[in-house]
Amino acid sequence: MATQQLETPEHVRADRAPEITVSGIGKRYGSSTVLHDVTLSVAPGEIHGIMGENGAGKSTLLKILGGAIVADAGTVSLNGRPVRITAPRDSISHGISLISQELALIPGLSVLENVFLGRWSNTASLLRSRKDAAHFARLLDETGFDLDPRAIVGTLPIGQAQQVEILKALARGAKVLCMDEPTAVLNEADKAQLLQVIRNLARTGTTVILVSHYLEEVLGLVDRVTVLRDGRHIVTEDATGHTPESLVGLMVGREIDFLIPEIPPVPAGAKTVFEAVGLTSTKVKDISFTVRAGEILGLAGLVGSGRSETLLAAFGADRVTAGYVEINGRRTRPNSIRDAIAAGIALVPESRKEQGLVMSRPAPENIALATLSDRSLFGFVRIGREKAVVSSISQSVDIRGVRQGPIADLSGGNQQKALFAKWLLSPPAVLMVDEPTRGVDIAAKALIHGLIVELAAKGTAVIVVSSELEEVIGLSHRIHVMRQGRIVAEFDRNASRDEVMTSAFLK
Amino acid sequence: MTTASVAVSKPAEKKFKINIKDFGILFGLIAIMLFLTLNTGTFLTGRNFINLFDQAAIVGLLAAAATLCIISGVFDLSSTATLAVSAIAGVMITQHFGVAAGFIGALLIGAALGTVTGLTVVGTKVNSFIGTLAVSIIYRGLAIVITGGAIVAPFPEQLFAFQTWTWPSLFGLTAGSVLMLAMTAVLGIVLWRTTFGRRIYAVGGNLEAARLSGIRTGTIHVAVYAISGLCSAMAGMILASRAGSAQPAMAIGVELTAIAAVVIGGTSILGGQGAMWRAFAGVMILTVISNGFNLLHWDTTYQQVVTGVLILVAVAADGLFFRKAPR
Repeated sequence: MATQQLETPEHVRADRAPEITVSGIGKRYGSSTVLHDVTLSVAPGEIHGIMGENGAGKSTLLKILGGAIVADAGTVSLNGRPVRITAPRDSISHGISLISQELALIPGLSVLENVFLGRWSNTASLLRSRKDAAHFARLLDETGFDLDPRAIVGTLPIGQAQQVEILKALARGAKVLCMDEPTAVLNEADKAQLLQVIRNLARTGTTVILVSHYLEEVLGLVDRVTVLRDGRHIVTEDATGHTPESLVGLMVGREIDFLIPEIPPVPAGAKTVFEAVGLTSTKVKDISFTVRAGEILGLAGLVGSGRSETLLAAFGADRVTAGYVEINGRRTRPNSIRDAIAAGIALVPESRKEQGLVMSRPAPENIALATLSDRSLFGFVRIGREKAVVSSISQSVDIRGVRQGPIADLSGGNQQKALFAKWLLSPPAVLMVDEPTRGVDIAAKALIHGLIVELAAKGTAVIVVSSELEEVIGLSHRIHVMRQGRIVAEFDRNASRDEVMTSAFLK
Repeated sequence: MTTASVAVSKPAEKKFKINIKDFGILFGLIAIMLFLTLNTGTFLTGRNFINLFDQAAIVGLLAAAATLCIISGVFDLSSTATLAVSAIAGVMITQHFGVAAGFIGALLIGAALGTVTGLTVVGTKVNSFIGTLAVSIIYRGLAIVITGGAIVAPFPEQLFAFQTWTWPSLFGLTAGSVLMLAMTAVLGIVLWRTTFGRRIYAVGGNLEAARLSGIRTGTIHVAVYAISGLCSAMAGMILASRAGSAQPAMAIGVELTAIAAVVIGGTSILGGQGAMWRAFAGVMILTVISNGFNLLHWDTTYQQVVTGVLILVAVAADGLFFRKAPR
């Protein structure tokens, strides 16, 4: 215990966690505002839930508290005293620890070494692991975790790795734990254990600030809940008296009504454009479905249920072990992205940064990339022609600020529109879009929704994958729900959120 | 700095907005040249310039190839080993079939070795730095095997023709210099204006995005290595022509000088960024500095210190200016 107290800053050593107040917090990235004038305070020992849609600014707020991101405006105060947080070490020294979705552990080191990372007990630099081991045993007692201190972290299942993160925070004397979607990656048993641990921590005086998508789970756990929408603070209220429905209402606001445009019905007798037959890869099993011309099919399900992997398999990007895809009756060559593109499939992938764009290159080059050969002469790019088509497509999807600089400089919304533009240069027969509006602002979102509906109206077969249930339900004529790599349920567009959610979860 | 400068939503926006940071390296080069012009009577002479370009020929060819490799996201540390093997092979073919056959043979062998290097790196999925390092050791070993460790030379009566690349040609420049300039220009245009060039940038900038755009990423990398092999063979040919012989240890370490030149020019080692003129500027800076030390009769031992500092400055600037913007 001696070590811990020596290294814990004075004001945190007090038995009580500090009261945290954030006031007027703002954060912008380029032209998009992620947080605007957010003010709220969290009482000592409280479990506080922060809710909102994707892109509402929840994670950004947590990261600001954890020092991973520096706010542009506003202050953070502990017990009424403003503190400066410009780096994770500032937060840690104030007793605030952030546990992100991506765990910050060193996979090659043991559990014990990770828990006391960089602050190992030592005498003249010689490690005294026995002392750490004793401290570790005490932490296990407090939390009820069952972890082997010698296990290598890289070999642990995700649930246990997360426990290591929690112990690491506690070993640093954290009085405030900020957790971003802690249960998203956990199975039911681990989830139940984690919720119990959070309750125990709160009972012993630790404050927990929690971001989560799982409404019931949050309502069963937290004392108070804050709802953010589009980077703005909507309410902070007691959790009792709220229902999942009332929270969704606050999270979504009224915007949803005009956000998703009316989708025209699929014309009677529209022929089947896309057909997957028994498509199987390492991630998905026996996927069969069809999409007709002008139809929008939604794939719903939890993260990791195989939605994105279905698209990647159909596109030839993930290795297919069985089954095939037919476009307008022609079977595409398996595992050939080039053949899929030639057959008329376009994929707007899940991650702009990792799969979609060459961030170091200008927007026009990115837009032109997939169809370069359409505008070449003896291997030379026909610059004039390229300029003409890129500029007309950019205008039609309303990309602002297309210029010479790297596309990384554009806002998320414009980047996403560029990603669409890339596949619209040669109009596809089948458009597959994965998380079409992730991390874009409301205006861009509306435009992208309009674009998808318009393409369908022109006869494109569209497949939409989204984690936002409202988006999938609102955009699709039919919805397939996936779970553990299989399609487990089918709904039409009148399905309720609850029906879809229920079939997405293993019950 | 390169191709499509489309100003869509704001047509009024200036098309060629010159960014001083982008051209800092040119100002550096001009400053050094100005300094030497003012401080020596011999720098700004035709003779010295012929000399300068001749000195730049070997590194210039290797740096042109290294630019393609680095922009596509790979390194080729095997380039000078390929240079040695193809020069040796060129000499041996010359002995049997004459000078012209020797040169052609050297180029073919260089391109073939480059292809093998590329297939090895792409096929084994080993990190290119390690992969080409291993391949370079193999090629150097191969060079020793085929020569028995000895120096090889064409027959005395072939020597005059074999030294073609040292002869003066266009504007009095040596034929070797002209070959280097021509190759730099050709590869520069390839990078700047062709679909292949675009794909090189895409593959180096984001391999997965390139793949999902239907680009055969492996093919691009193999092609880039093949070009690197061809350029190495050209450099080997010039070097052997100059020396009148070839041997297994020729040009050891010059592959690193070439990479240094590319980096000094401002091409990012992270891939996906850069341009051919940058490599050329980097090569000229290194050559002019070396030339300056000679003309000023400075102690050439300091030259390496200067070069090292220059590389650090260039890379540090790369880190500062090209730092990735948040999402």
